[in-house]
Amino acid sequence: MSTFVDEYPTEARVIRMAFWSSFVALTLGAVFGFIQALHRTNVVRVIDSTDYYTVLTGHGVFMVITFSIFFLVGVFQWAVTSSLERGPVDIRFTWSWYGVMSLGTTLVAIPILAGFTDATDMSADVLFTFYAPLQAHPLFYIGLVLFVIGTWLAGADWFLTWWTWKDDHPDERIPLPTFMVLTTMIMWYISTIGVAISILAFLLPWSLGLVDSVNPLLTRTLFWYFGHPVVYFWLMPAYLLWYNVLPKLSGGRLFSDPLARVVFILFILLSTPVGIHHQYLDPGIAEGFKFIVMTNTMFLLLPSFLTAFTVVASIEHGARQRGGEGYFGWLGALPWRDPSFTGMALAGLVFSFGGFTGIVNAGMSLNYLVHNTFWVPGHIHTQVGTAVALTFMAGAYWLVPQVTGNQLASRSVGLFQVVLWFVGIVFMTNAMYRGGLIGIPRRTAEPQYQGFEYEPLVGSIAELDAQVALGGTLLFLSAILFLWNMLLTAFNSGSEPVVDGSLPPALSGPEDSPRILDNLKLWTALALVLILLAYSMPLAGIVQDGGLFGPNVDAFPVFVDAVSTAVDATVRRLPLESIRGLIT
Amino acid sequence: MRIHTYEKLWLVGALVLIVGFIATVTYGSVGLGISMIDDSGGTLSPNAVDDDGRFAEPRVEQVGENEYEAYVVASQFIFQPDPIEVPANSTVTFYVTSADVIHGFSVVGTNVNTMAIPGEVARLTVEFDEPAEYGLICHEYCGAGHHTMEGQLIVLPEDEYEPGGNA
Repeated sequence: MSTFVDEYPTEARVIRMAFWSSFVALTLGAVFGFIQALHRTNVVRVIDSTDYYTVLTGHGVFMVITFSIFFLVGVFQWAVTSSLERGPVDIRFTWSWYGVMSLGTTLVAIPILAGFTDATDMSADVLFTFYAPLQAHPLFYIGLVLFVIGTWLAGADWFLTWWTWKDDHPDERIPLPTFMVLTTMIMWYISTIGVAISILAFLLPWSLGLVDSVNPLLTRTLFWYFGHPVVYFWLMPAYLLWYNVLPKLSGGRLFSDPLARVVFILFILLSTPVGIHHQYLDPGIAEGFKFIVMTNTMFLLLPSFLTAFTVVASIEHGARQRGGEGYFGWLGALPWRDPSFTGMALAGLVFSFGGFTGIVNAGMSLNYLVHNTFWVPGHIHTQVGTAVALTFMAGAYWLVPQVTGNQLASRSVGLFQVVLWFVGIVFMTNAMYRGGLIGIPRRTAEPQYQGFEYEPLVGSIAELDAQVALGGTLLFLSAILFLWNMLLTAFNSGSEPVVDGSLPPALSGPEDSPRILDNLKLWTALALVLILLAYSMPLAGIVQDGGLFGPNVDAFPVFVDAVSTAVDATVRRLPLESIRGLIT
Repeated sequence: MRIHTYEKLWLVGALVLIVGFIATVTYGSVGLGISMIDDSGGTLSPNAVDDDGRFAEPRVEQVGENEYEAYVVASQFIFQPDPIEVPANSTVTFYVTSADVIHGFSVVGTNVNTMAIPGEVARLTVEFDEPAEYGLICHEYCGAGHHTMEGQLIVLPEDEYEPGGNA
């Protein structure tokens, strides 16, 4: 049986490197997450609470930027190469974007990790949202820019591959996996403009001392212009695996290729003009604009509803091919012993539950209740931490053998690992959701206050803490099992991969849909119009009210915090002026 | 375009659900009058907070029979005034700003919740019925001492309330 690595050995090497980079980040992110779960719940505290935010920054950046994006460029490279049946135009260009991404990630990691030592002033304890006027070391911003440029080059590489393919296949429809990669990259190009402007025009010059002040609301709004579509950037490769690989693993094929295309087009159109829903409680943005993004956000549910139908229908078709019968009896005919199938199926289940919690977040007036509470990381951990991460791990059990040529070290450990992740996430996130509903905040080292006590509707704070600590521990163990399995697989040379990498065509193929769906220019233009409608007036208002560089806002480099915390205990009740005198 | 009948039904059902969600949120805004934090508070440089007539002395001020205005400054890692005291059966309009970095302003166990962004003034109006003591916390990471940033909001019985008592 010929596998991917035999047909495309050089491409497989790039994909392997992207995966290994991703797994290194997962290792760091998992250790940091474990420390946090035990620290915030006051079970075990191995760090000072002031260092918690260094750990939190590392967990956020290494998980959602490095782990997920390195893994997804690997998946996308595989998808483009295998579905177009050709490699990149020039493999040196492919290596160059991998190199730029790696350099960027290293430069970001240096100031974050330097936050642990007092030997240097360098620090980047600004969390992955880096809200100004908290200020990180310039290396942090430079690294982020390089990392994003690396992903832009990767997208260019895939577009080049497609254009050369098109010359040879003038009348063919874009193969579905490549269609998904290209549409996702269009969304990514459009949305990263926001963070690029935020960093290049404001935050980087400001951290270098070239400008004195920034407008915190403007840089925050530009961040969220990027900050919501980035979620779909993580999610789309998971969708790609659900649409293309999961039906095959279930023993069948994709139900509808046309609807899959419609779903990805809807994501180009609606992913970006919704970012202000993260800012429902921000002053400086008029209520009408918030209402517009609320409606856009609700319509963004549509592609996910369609996905639920198509993916479940495909799985059911597969089960019936395997002899499954009855209304629900077919569920028993599915390959539950396959870690790739079970991992993706459980990820999808968690995703559909988490989607409903997202509707709560999106419901403008309900948002008052949950904004910045523990509910929000609950939502993130079901969606990114499970729908995406668990799908990636399950996908790795199927893809890594194909790009290494080695057999997966242990299928049974893999199966145990994906189930363990599911159990861990159920414990951890249900406590996060419930804690959020009674007002426990996110992003804090010690949600234990002096002046009042939280009153859970059911259960107790101790029980919620125990669930978070237990869930976090199970997730950490699961991550370690995954990484160990991958390490053993990498060295499992001489074995046969025993994975059938071929993907069957859809039941309803691309010929059932109009060709206009493949007109990427049209959808890009429409997306830009929707963004102009959603963003031009709020941005103009913010700049008009507060100025491009803000109303004289001082910078707060994060390394000053250590000093201010030390004096904090003694000056807590002193007038404002004397505190500021001490810390600046 | 060929779409399976079941899939068409599902599509219609999903759209109905989405429109239903939008309708309930719209009812919350228009029918129940839950308005969003907006741009009506205006802008203010964090460096001008100490010289601003409203925020130089953070306080609660009576502006009508049962109407009050509260001027609150969030800064690393305190709220001023602290505690914030208001009478029961009153309508209080909060003006919240930050003197340094982005903070949160969240009255625990209620939906009184806003961001405090340097350069901006958040304005929100709240009705207090019963006497109660609430915790007030910062829910946005604001520096290494973030977890110590808390205050109190006390709703006093009307006969125990002294205007300006906590200036």
